Amino acid sequence: MTFNGQSSGMTVIAGLVAAAGLASLGMAPLSAEQAPAGTVKPWTMPRTTDGKPDLQGTWSNSTITPLERPQGVSNLVLSADDAARLEKATSDRVARLNQNSDPNRTAPPQGGDGSTGAAGNVGGYNNFWLDPGERVAVVDGQFRSSLVIDPPDGRVPATTPEARARTQARMKMMAGRGQYDHPEFRPLAERCLLSFGPTTPLIPNYFYNNNLQIVQTPDHVMILMEMVHDARMVRIGGTHVAKHIRPWMGDSIGHWEGDTLVVDTTNFPLQQPFRGSAENLHVVERFRRVDATTINYRFTVDDPTTFARPFTGEIPFRATDELIYEYACHEGNYALANILSGARNEEKRLGTKK
Amino acid sequence: MPRVVRECSIALVTAVVVAAAFWAATPATGQAARPARLADGKPNLNGIWQALNTANYDVLSHNAKAALAFRPGPVVAVPAAPVIAFGAVGAVPGGVGVVEGDEIPYLPEAAKKQKANQQDWVNLDPEIKCYLPGVPRANYLPHPFQILHSEQAIFFSYEFAGAVRNIYLKDPGEAPVDSWMGQSVGKWEGDTLVVTVTGMNDQTWFDRAGNHHTEQMKVVERYTPQGPDHLWYEATIEDPGTFTRPWKIRMPLYRHINPNARLNQFKCVEFVEELMYGKFRKQPVQ
Repeated sequence: MTFNGQSSGMTVIAGLVAAAGLASLGMAPLSAEQAPAGTVKPWTMPRTTDGKPDLQGTWSNSTITPLERPQGVSNLVLSADDAARLEKATSDRVARLNQNSDPNRTAPPQGGDGSTGAAGNVGGYNNFWLDPGERVAVVDGQFRSSLVIDPPDGRVPATTPEARARTQARMKMMAGRGQYDHPEFRPLAERCLLSFGPTTPLIPNYFYNNNLQIVQTPDHVMILMEMVHDARMVRIGGTHVAKHIRPWMGDSIGHWEGDTLVVDTTNFPLQQPFRGSAENLHVVERFRRVDATTINYRFTVDDPTTFARPFTGEIPFRATDELIYEYACHEGNYALANILSGARNEEKRLGTKK
Repeated sequence: MPRVVRECSIALVTAVVVAAAFWAATPATGQAARPARLADGKPNLNGIWQALNTANYDVLSHNAKAALAFRPGPVVAVPAAPVIAFGAVGAVPGGVGVVEGDEIPYLPEAAKKQKANQQDWVNLDPEIKCYLPGVPRANYLPHPFQILHSEQAIFFSYEFAGAVRNIYLKDPGEAPVDSWMGQSVGKWEGDTLVVTVTGMNDQTWFDRAGNHHTEQMKVVERYTPQGPDHLWYEATIEDPGTFTRPWKIRMPLYRHINPNARLNQFKCVEFVEELMYGKFRKQPVQ
């Protein structure tokens, strides 16, 4: 998807990393001794009545750590100083963007001011509407430079020739057709069909509303994403549905391995590709509650028809007291009609309609 | 043994074996293990539930009729052009109604609005555009919903439009903004879950008959288990902007007991794209 902010999120942290000059710094893991002493209350795993770790509550997976490690950064683990610098650069940027607008400013030039991102060139969402994350991801006490931990370079593996052939076939299909010709050519999020950004695995959208609610019963775990109120229902036990059944977000079945909830998802719809993988996409997620306010979430993505090798990432889910409100996307989706009708008007104006 | 008898016996044995295998099949969803109560003593509301009535056509008692939209005909009214092709599929089954006293106490202006809504149903019913259905309609749409119930949370996940309701067990105070599904706050009165729903906008309807409300609506729902597989559902509707007094609907909700039952998806936003945006295609479909 072009609207999920993933690429812009990466651009942001790449810029931050460059600004902080991290590439040239040695980055050592945060050792246990560096944690402030005497402030930690004893914590025991909260459990449901059937003895399973209680994962319920509202969680945020927002972070400024990008999915993939920025070019020029070699280590997975950042030093505490580097992490602090990145977070300060982020808060400084937010403070700058939150400054009052000049009421006497002129309109943006025709065709836009050349800016990119959510403002969409002609002035759309400004920073007030965005909440892409403020903190470096911390997993097991380590500040992370990428969510991907394997392969060791922190990058999503190369795609296979087969996947590239599929991409080429898609491009061929699109040749001579415009991206505004039909609603089906617009991104899923713009059509309000699905949560912005990946849903399975639960990678942050680097945009806003990165909140999840988990409700757990002995036979189901429900994961609600705030964006587009997408509730993924995980059945505990059982087998996957028939191959031709392709629910949005895939078909998820779970089981417990000790205190870890393991969720296995297949049967993704073809319209919901994750980095070019859909038909044979296989995602395994591991939810492990590690303290009063954190779930360590680990995901492994595998699709031999798309990726040269499987890859794994880790994301901390932080507990939040914030309430989740209704994200009624479709009901107020004036944008899709306006984008398409705008394109038709533009064609009329330019006389390009065939 | 005569051949015909032997063959019959083989067929019978085969049938018995197949049937035994079918009945012995392990439920795939764990629905079988379903205690009547949670550990905290509350009735276990977990399950996939569905109404089995015609309230979504009209919450009041109604005759079967040819269509949801009509136009004048040479003899009697005939189905309107947009629905003719549906034939019997587009016809309306009759129903006994779910409203106490079989009357909705509309204010005069609101009664007129209902008639106008019904008249222009094909353009106005939010269900047609796959808008979030609001409460109470979500509970008697012809689609099931799943209740996830633990000691910490009660959550409703609806098949239609992927609507959801988190039932707050601690009142967060007045809803800061109106929404389609409103804000639900639950508490237990004995074995009855009482959910007060406020903060709904004025865009949802009660049914395909154009019954409507304003954003002042408050719905108090009562869910009372009547056995392992059905809940008695009652909702009191209060809206001084639309009705002269509170009124009530009631109906049973049935649990899907098929061991393979699971909540499917009816993410209909995609299904209404042609209806809503088809006219903006580069080449509209003829």
